Amino acid sequence: MGLLSEKNKDVLFGPLSINNPVVVQMLGICSALAVTSKLEPAIVMGISVTAVVAFANVIISLIRNTIPNRIRIIVQLVVVAALVTIVSEVLKAYAYDVNKQLSVFVGLIITNCILMGRLEAFALGNGPWESFLDGIGNGLGYALILIIVGFFRELLGSGTLLGFQVIPQAFYELGYANNGLMILPPMALITIAVIIWVHRLKNKDLQEK
Amino acid sequence: MEQVLSTFVRSIFVDNMIFAYYLGMCSFVAVSKNVKTALGLGMAVTFVLFCTLPINYMLENYVLKEGALSWLGPDFGEVNLSFLSFIIFIAVIASFVQLVEMVVEKFSPALYASLGIFLPLIAVNCAILGGSLFMQQKEFANVGVATVYGLGSGLGWMLAIVGMAAIREKLTYSNVPKPLKGLGITFIITGLMGMAFMCFSGLKI
Repeated sequence: MGLLSEKNKDVLFGPLSINNPVVVQMLGICSALAVTSKLEPAIVMGISVTAVVAFANVIISLIRNTIPNRIRIIVQLVVVAALVTIVSEVLKAYAYDVNKQLSVFVGLIITNCILMGRLEAFALGNGPWESFLDGIGNGLGYALILIIVGFFRELLGSGTLLGFQVIPQAFYELGYANNGLMILPPMALITIAVIIWVHRLKNKDLQEK
Repeated sequence: MEQVLSTFVRSIFVDNMIFAYYLGMCSFVAVSKNVKTALGLGMAVTFVLFCTLPINYMLENYVLKEGALSWLGPDFGEVNLSFLSFIIFIAVIASFVQLVEMVVEKFSPALYASLGIFLPLIAVNCAILGGSLFMQQKEFANVGVATVYGLGSGLGWMLAIVGMAAIREKLTYSNVPKPLKGLGITFIITGLMGMAFMCFSGLKI
């Protein structure tokens, strides 16, 4: 079996679109909304979640045969909490400003449903390498949505991208104004709803009856 | 007293877990299909928040915070265990949920039958851990305020999910564009409800 057989490719790339964790599996919505008012924290959050999902998947997959079924949720939570603590300390050391912006949402990666969802649905029944790919794939699928939402909210809300002004001054002189509503929480929900709309328009079999 | 009241009202309306911080969205979307189950989950979440926040507040202030261990003796005054807070908080929440499940199963089988399926879900509800992390960030004055904050956040969450469930029950009769059905329209409605709740944000008590 090659490292990237046909099945593994599905495992890795499926979550990017057709099986996306946020817009199809409904996992990890909580944090997807809260950290996306700017592009930079969205990217950092995407990377952190990808790292945590990938390694948590590998660890749980390695010890899956020794975990008693009754206490598996607590075991999973402890593994994830340990990983998130590491991520949080790394962020505090190397990206302090972003860490301040993300505030409690770094800690909330622990209860991000993507983690429990993937651990329960995939890592408990598959080997470490497949689980690693599954973790990377789902993490990236999640990061993709975060980046799209963060991109539009920052562009329309403050006219900047990653802190640089991209909408030229001439526009403002012609009467263009930033849409302050985009920065506020409710617009994140509506942006995601629009992404879901477009995504389901393309993939008709995902539509609900 | 004034602080207790203002924390209570703020945590329900202004800092609403769903509409201001989107915590607990996963179960909010998944379980808001009918009012009865939404009410059950809302009550369970409120109860767990109400009980775990004081426990975590005590742990934070007497074990984890920098200098919190000084009651053990002057040698421990410098110890800062705050990097352990994630693991401790989630362990408290997970074991508390397990405990509640066992107690309810033993003493009130009827309640267990109606809440049973939701109890394990609560351990991974972001709103619960979020409550503890906000408690850590806001540095409440005493354990009473922290408890009231827990109760208020839980009630706010319940209010949101019951309202959402009631709207979704009515929504089954309306003609929604096909790609928006289910998940999409739920998000848009939550966004609109969030906008309505934003008018509380100027509230001063």
